[in-house]
Amino acid sequence: MASSPPTFSSKDAVVCRNVGKTWAAGTSRAHEALRGIDLDVKPNEFVIFLGPSGCGKSTLLYLIAGLEEATGGSIWSFSDKVETPSPERSLIFQETSLFPWLTVWENVSFGLSIRGASRAERRAVAEEALQRVGLKAAMEKRPDELSGGMRQRVAVARALAMRPKVLLMDEPFAALDVQTRARMQDFLLDVWRDSGASVLFVTHHIDEAVALADRVVVFTARPGRIKTIVPVDLPRPRDLFSREAEALRIQLTDLLRDEVDRAFAEQEGLATVA
Amino acid sequence: MTIATPPDYAEGDSPAGRPARPAAVARLFASMAGEGILAKIWWTCLSIGLFAGLWEFCWAVGWADPKLLPPPHIFLGNIVEQAKFFNTATRWQVGQSMNAGPSAFESVMITVGATTMRVFVGLLIASVLGIAVGILIRYSNLFDKLVLPTITLLSPVSPIAWLPVAIFLFGIGNGPAIFMVVVALFFHMVLATVTHIDGVSPNLINVARTVGATKRQIYTRVILPAILPGMLAVLRMNLFGAWMVVLVAESTGVGYGLGQVIMLARNTFNPSLVFFTIAVIGLLGFTFDWLLRQAQRRILYWLPDTKGKLRGL
Ligand SMILES: Nc1ncnc2c1ncn2[C@@H]1O[C@H](COP(=O)(O)OP(=O)(O)OP(=O)(O)O)[C@@H](O)[C@H]1O
Ligand SMILES: [Mg+2]
Repeated sequence: MASSPPTFSSKDAVVCRNVGKTWAAGTSRAHEALRGIDLDVKPNEFVIFLGPSGCGKSTLLYLIAGLEEATGGSIWSFSDKVETPSPERSLIFQETSLFPWLTVWENVSFGLSIRGASRAERRAVAEEALQRVGLKAAMEKRPDELSGGMRQRVAVARALAMRPKVLLMDEPFAALDVQTRARMQDFLLDVWRDSGASVLFVTHHIDEAVALADRVVVFTARPGRIKTIVPVDLPRPRDLFSREAEALRIQLTDLLRDEVDRAFAEQEGLATVA
Repeated sequence: MTIATPPDYAEGDSPAGRPARPAAVARLFASMAGEGILAKIWWTCLSIGLFAGLWEFCWAVGWADPKLLPPPHIFLGNIVEQAKFFNTATRWQVGQSMNAGPSAFESVMITVGATTMRVFVGLLIASVLGIAVGILIRYSNLFDKLVLPTITLLSPVSPIAWLPVAIFLFGIGNGPAIFMVVVALFFHMVLATVTHIDGVSPNLINVARTVGATKRQIYTRVILPAILPGMLAVLRMNLFGAWMVVLVAESTGVGYGLGQVIMLARNTFNPSLVFFTIAVIGLLGFTFDWLLRQAQRRILYWLPDTKGKLRGL
């Protein structure tokens, strides 16, 4: 790769230049998940990742979070090169990841306790974050006592408690029913507006993309590349049944269908080889 | 006035025309079939009672020779006489007569106490050491490479094979018995710790990494609490192993204790003493397991009680 100097505005929340990731690189089980990703995310922008299963959406979020190392290209966040995880870029995982041995408020303030904050300070921050997700009443409960939706809200509160500038969300509402998901989307939009953070949000639901996105990044089948980026200029709060919303839904469905077909073809091919 | 009956019986709840059971009996059955502590004790007694009853029956009809398989009423009947054999601690000393030293009850207590102490100390050392070494193996790459192969190699060796080593190293007394318990558990505890660390959800570790936790904090604040439930389960499974090993160690002449009493019973052909000791050991193992379960519940306060769910299946 020619080492062209990176060109990006240093104010951007996330900048990816030619990012690639090959799992188990250099071994016989090497597996290319991402190739040549170029992406710029503005501060306070809401970006949705849409793509077939296994195309590397989660992988890209892990790379941006600094939890895994890219095998090609580089990533910046607010002009800092991403090399390690940082509280400024909080990842909310696909599966719930609360500590079962801590109460809800202790979970939310876990990051502060790692920094050695006092109990009073931790409690105050946890209270505020839980207030924002509407779970102040559940402060003393344990994760096991909560519903799936409540747990994801606690995870959001935990991320918010660190005052991140970038919120990375990996299908956070996938396991929820349609009603609850709609409520969670409204709530997330409020949080997003209040916090001023950029949100990178993975979903398989086109409706979710239509409801939330400033821009939709559509990925190709594995190895994941950016197929196209669709800007969404529907006014907020959105009328999800408007003609424009319907047109966007059709556009995204078409874009996705080809890639899903390709992904299936490839995975079936793999299955017959194995 | 009729006697107060639970509604379901009062309403003539007997479609087949059977007479409804009297309320008091029904309530007694209901409480015994329930989940309360009384019900548990009742079922335990019933279970043991059935077993003892079967044995007594075999004796009564002459199938069980009382000289070889003395039923409970015989071997428990001469407790006092048997108990003096427990006085092995002082019996070994030169110039002590059979009837000198502590009373029968005291000598049973001394023997039981000695064996229990060995099991307990052995368990404690093995679990602290095993968990510490297991964590170190995952914490330090160098330690892993230096230590894990040896531990994996030694773990399948039967604890019995270590018996001579125990005697070479510690002679006679508490030392070798405790050493045997530690050896029997240590390797398994190490390997179980490593397995459980590998099984910790990477998400939990990533959450800690994201908020800037150091490696040490990740181990103390995430990995340790995450593996604790599994480790306590391993400990409970190994408890019975510890009891077996300690008896073997004691019976081979490393001092006094329940194992020694069994050996004595064998050498003097005293089945009553054997069964009495077995009863004592059973009771001790049961109590230990119960205590450990209580401790488990206290330490793992965050785990929901899943027992109820399984029982409904
Ligand atoms: N830790 C890992 N080690 C090796 N390969 C991995 C790992 N994680 C993911 N992969 C592979 O990388 C590819 C992309 O996975 P990723 O989880 O990023 O997909 P995804 O787009 O998030 O899919 P989904 O929508 O189903 O969550 C897949 O082919 C997967 O098999
Ligand atoms: Mg994923």
